[in-house]
Amino acid sequence: MNRKQILISILAAFCMYATAEAQRIKGSDTLLPLTQELAEEYLAEHPDREVIVTGGGTGVGLAALPEKTTDIAMASRRIKFSEKMKFAEINLDAKEVIVAYDALAVVVNPSNPVDSLTREQLEAIFRGKITNWKEVGGEDRKIVVYSRETSSGTYEFFKESVLDNKNYMSSILSMPATGAIIQSVRQTKGAIGYIGLAYLNRYVKALAVSYDSGRHYAYPSVGTAADGTYPIVRPLYYYYDAAREAAVSPFISFALSPAGQESVLRQGFVPVK
Amino acid sequence: MKRFLERAVKWLLTASGFVTSLVILLIIAFLFAEGAGLFSERVIEDGYVLALNRENTVKELSAAEIKAVFDEDVTNWNELGGPDMAIETFRLEDADDYFTEEQLGPQYENAGSLIAALVESRPGMIAFIPESMLPEDPSLNFIKDKTISPGEVLAGSEWFPTATPAPLFGIWPLLAGTLWVSLFAILFALPFGISIAVYMAEVASGRVRNILKPIIELLNGIPSVVYGFFGLIVIVPLLQQVFGLPVGESGLAGSIVLAIMALPTIVTVAEDAMRNCPRSLREASLALGATKWQTISRVVIPASMSGIASGVVLGIGRAIGETMAVLMVTGNAAVVPTSILEPLRTIPATIAAELGEAPAGGAHYQSLFLLGVILFFITFIINLCVEYISSRSKAKYN
Repeated sequence: MNRKQILISILAAFCMYATAEAQRIKGSDTLLPLTQELAEEYLAEHPDREVIVTGGGTGVGLAALPEKTTDIAMASRRIKFSEKMKFAEINLDAKEVIVAYDALAVVVNPSNPVDSLTREQLEAIFRGKITNWKEVGGEDRKIVVYSRETSSGTYEFFKESVLDNKNYMSSILSMPATGAIIQSVRQTKGAIGYIGLAYLNRYVKALAVSYDSGRHYAYPSVGTAADGTYPIVRPLYYYYDAAREAAVSPFISFALSPAGQESVLRQGFVPVK
Repeated sequence: MKRFLERAVKWLLTASGFVTSLVILLIIAFLFAEGAGLFSERVIEDGYVLALNRENTVKELSAAEIKAVFDEDVTNWNELGGPDMAIETFRLEDADDYFTEEQLGPQYENAGSLIAALVESRPGMIAFIPESMLPEDPSLNFIKDKTISPGEVLAGSEWFPTATPAPLFGIWPLLAGTLWVSLFAILFALPFGISIAVYMAEVASGRVRNILKPIIELLNGIPSVVYGFFGLIVIVPLLQQVFGLPVGESGLAGSIVLAIMALPTIVTVAEDAMRNCPRSLREASLALGATKWQTISRVVIPASMSGIASGVVLGIGRAIGETMAVLMVTGNAAVVPTSILEPLRTIPATIAAELGEAPAGGAHYQSLFLLGVILFFITFIINLCVEYISSRSKAKYN
């Protein structure tokens, strides 16, 4: 009995030690694999430190920051006004760091002759105002529009950036995963959809996109996303409490270091520098 | 000692029966309580208001009208019974376009009064802002907020659960999609299922049956995700080619996958029912000079109708509640289907795809529970039908 008690208290002490020292990172599922990779490399350099990375979504991470249950919140979108107001209520000064960029590619079936679209055309297609490819210079074929499910951050970002916060049409086909969109676009001649840049492959064709009514078009690539010519790019953020900067800065400066940014590139995201 | 043990076992059995029933009732009560909560939610997102200029006479807007306004499908107030002026929309995200960081203040303490002043100065503006941000006694008009009405939900034909400022919870397309795809699944599965059952129960030799039965039952053991994958990669492109469809993800693909999944249940239960058909009935029929086929069609099948019906219902139950396979092959477009060759969205697929991200306790979350309640009622009605059919045929043959 006595030995058991000692064992438990040692275990408890160990756990408390771990939580006191460990860096807790929580939030976006888009950033999760990248942050895990960064954490592994960081730990290889500093074996005495501890980093715990969990997902749950951007909203979960940003809600955990004022509750002090995470040190860094990962976010695949900018902090919302309402969340900022919540931080302001408890005088929490949240600092924002962009760790990487993620570009969304608009993809069509490889047999489709259309190469480029403007934002206005994309908005009309995804809102159901344009329903035939011949209206945008293609063949006489019905446009089949694929989207992600409403729960996805990609869905929200595309809605915000391309649709200007308007709603998708109700007859849009919503797919549970990026892989399903690629498969469907690959086997459907009139298909159009959107996927993360990292998922682009030879079975689907990416379109050049213009955000200035057709004056400049850009194809999605790490290069065009990094120099700002490709428009459908979202920054991926880390948020942290400015008062605790000293505790989180080693990991964040590692993420922004050349070695960290190299694994950003390896994971299919666009480096910050 | 022995008597005591017997009594203990009896109590244990009684208790387990009651506990199970109680748990089921509690689950149903929970489902209903959560689902009914939707009707006490407000149309406009919680904590927000829609503010209008004083000159604007519009007082009420339905959720569909609010969506049309913010989607810029309606661009003039006179279409909504207001004065003849253009509609300007304002969301918090637009604050950066109108004000600078300095104007808003470091903690955004000035945001509320700035926005209120902006709406006061623009007669056609409608602003979607948090109630807490507004200054006291603003000289603005507000859209009257109502609770979500059952009519809007049950008869509504638009499903936009995450639309802001006002989500739309029209479940009619989901309900129609579920019924439509299940109906066709059962139309495909029924003739195949019954004929396989007849073959195995009456025609096949013992050896063939011993080989066939495990194979059919194997279908039951395949995870539904695997059926979904098979459907997406094989059935969807096939349908696209055969029917020359613009899109292969359709109700038909869903009902074929569901028919394959319902088949083993129908076959197993129907075959058991036919094999349990009283020997005396069969012998009497043959003794009267009926052929084997006449015996099967006029005596064995009618006599085992209750068993066949329950097999069919179990199959329908599986089809209606099936989630993953349908999620992958039907395209999930929330529109009321007009033909089986179009994409559609079912209730279980909607719950599975959306529950994970719906904030707990919110209107979206409760609407998904309401969908669960509706699914429960559908299967409940089907079960009642079966009870009725089997009680009738039992009365006839006993």
